[in-house]
Amino acid sequence: MTTTTKAIPLENAKEHSKARTIREAQPYWNPYVAGLGLGLVLLSAFVIMGRGLGASGAFSSLVAATVNTVAPTHAAANNFYAEYLGDGTKNPLKDWLVFEVLGAIVGGFISGILAGRVKKTIEKGPRISVGGRLGFALVGGMIMGFGAKMARGCTSGQALTGGALLGLGSWAAMLAIFAGAYATAYFVRRQWT
Amino acid sequence: MDMNAPFFKFGFFGDEVSLIVAFVIGIGFGFFLERAGFGSARKLCAQFYFTDLAVFKVMFTAIITAMVGIFWLSWIGFVDLSLVYVSPTFILPQTVGGLILGVGFVVGGYCPGTSCVAAATGKMDAFVYLGGIIAGIFAFGELFPFLSAFYDSTPMGQLTIPQYFNLSYGLVVFLVVLMAIGGFAGGSWLEKKMAVRATEK
Repeated sequence: MTTTTKAIPLENAKEHSKARTIREAQPYWNPYVAGLGLGLVLLSAFVIMGRGLGASGAFSSLVAATVNTVAPTHAAANNFYAEYLGDGTKNPLKDWLVFEVLGAIVGGFISGILAGRVKKTIEKGPRISVGGRLGFALVGGMIMGFGAKMARGCTSGQALTGGALLGLGSWAAMLAIFAGAYATAYFVRRQWT
Repeated sequence: MDMNAPFFKFGFFGDEVSLIVAFVIGIGFGFFLERAGFGSARKLCAQFYFTDLAVFKVMFTAIITAMVGIFWLSWIGFVDLSLVYVSPTFILPQTVGGLILGVGFVVGGYCPGTSCVAAATGKMDAFVYLGGIIAGIFAFGELFPFLSAFYDSTPMGQLTIPQYFNLSYGLVVFLVVLMAIGGFAGGSWLEKKMAVRATEK
């Protein structure tokens, strides 16, 4: 059946996936319940580790480790990479955030599979093509990667963790994230609505 | 009560074990992100069209839970709050970075953490987005010699809102809780309004 799915015309495929969604996928949790769970995970990180959650830092480690493998002298001369490479005595991928993100991938999969939500699909509104959506995803990811490094962390590290610890710069970053997204939303509305 | 936490900082376990802890905490992180619906870019971005404010509700419920929790645990003397790492403030690059990041969020559909969960549940656009993140970080790294002056500008150290405004920690915690509750009520009201507007269309 999976091999024939591709051959189904777009409209039929849509109906097909819709039918499957209705039959299998459970609704998402109440946002306050999910938020409470997320908050307790964050609190446990504070209590057990003395640090919060993050995500973009894991990708920085990955990029730094890759650059270091391909061009070690180039990486060593760059203060940004050097910060993630450390003194060279340990593998930069043996990093707290790298393991935490690997866990997040597993946890997301567990939740998804239990709720019947693991499905090969592309998230987009009805008014944009698949190619268009993937183009936006690529460009958006690049902007996000760049911005997250400039802000010294992303939604997890700054907004969530720094927000709960009342960090001044984290709150500035959080407000700026919402401001940037709301200011741009109108221009990319065809992608989502 | 003797101060015992953060456990890692008090030497209850070492670096190797901390990576296992990271993995387990990560599982919880990813699980609740997915439960909230944050593996879906449409659900996430609905926040920015006021039709579904789950991003705000989940985020601020999590923030006040962890914030109130760590405040109480510190107040009863169980956690040494000064040993919980607060990332240092560089107000200007963080604000500019936040604006850029926000643009990337609504253009790409995810943030880094949620894109991992989305990819784990089969969203093909999330894989492309992750490729974009890596390219964006690589670009930042390669341009770092030119960006470092701005990146390191306006340093203010490990500064919290209570310290900066010279208010008590508990008061700021209370005000954030009040603000969040107001936001929840306002958000739900807005969602209803948008739903009515959508049916009238």
